Amino acid sequence: MKSRIVLFIIAMLVWLILSWSLDWQHLLVGSLASLLVAFLTGDLFTANPYKFAHPHRYLWLMLYIPVLMWEMVKANIDLAYRILHPRLPIRPGIIKVKTKLKSESGLTFLANSITLKPGMTSVDVDQENGYIYVHCVNIKDTDPARATEIIIKRLENILERVFD
Amino acid sequence: MSETIGMIFIVIGIGFDFFGCIGLIRLPDLYLRLMATAKCVTLGTCSLMFGIFLINGFTAVGIKALLCAVFLLLTSPVSAHALSRAAHKSGVKLCDESVCDEYEKDKN
Repeated sequence: MKSRIVLFIIAMLVWLILSWSLDWQHLLVGSLASLLVAFLTGDLFTANPYKFAHPHRYLWLMLYIPVLMWEMVKANIDLAYRILHPRLPIRPGIIKVKTKLKSESGLTFLANSITLKPGMTSVDVDQENGYIYVHCVNIKDTDPARATEIIIKRLENILERVFD
Repeated sequence: MSETIGMIFIVIGIGFDFFGCIGLIRLPDLYLRLMATAKCVTLGTCSLMFGIFLINGFTAVGIKALLCAVFLLLTSPVSAHALSRAAHKSGVKLCDESVCDEYEKDKN
């Protein structure tokens, strides 16, 4: 039930931003649609709704967004350089990195962020052992521990504070 | 002033979209091509959307463009991940330059 209420509030907020007017017709349709969504998919949304009540999580998320943006800009310049270089300087392959995140939403965010980072795509997640398989365009080190250090350390430390 | 900055963002976005398309043609195998499209095109399109937001400001159009960028950031990596995992499960090989494949090793 708590999870449905949280989902209703978030859906209503997205609707308000999307319609960008406080007309009563918009509000009525929006609340009906949000109620329907919350009723149908509320139990899928989050396992622990109390996490939404901690303000320090939002602060860390605010810090996470500019860090991720900076990584993305670096990713794109690096990849554009490799694509435009006449000899294609790539060393592709799939490596695995170890993560200490446990919650599902944290792992989802981490895997998504890896896909947005310099030349990497997350291929699969092994939740039991905490491994993420990453396809990487320019491998610097095939050893899991050192690859972890290079690839995800910074993002992981912030995400741990947001989600766990 | 904000119109000029918005135009600059739109030009940068079109540039990254263009690099993504070149990468789609030049790179050798499926995973690398996915990478080029997922990354360059995501940042390129987000930059375009941000430029539209700067030009229109806090109006209905500008806010919708910003929200589009957020949805794109959330969904584009998911589709790239799903496609690469499905391709690996169904046996698409990595290209010949590849250095290692831990996923293949751990599957057996």
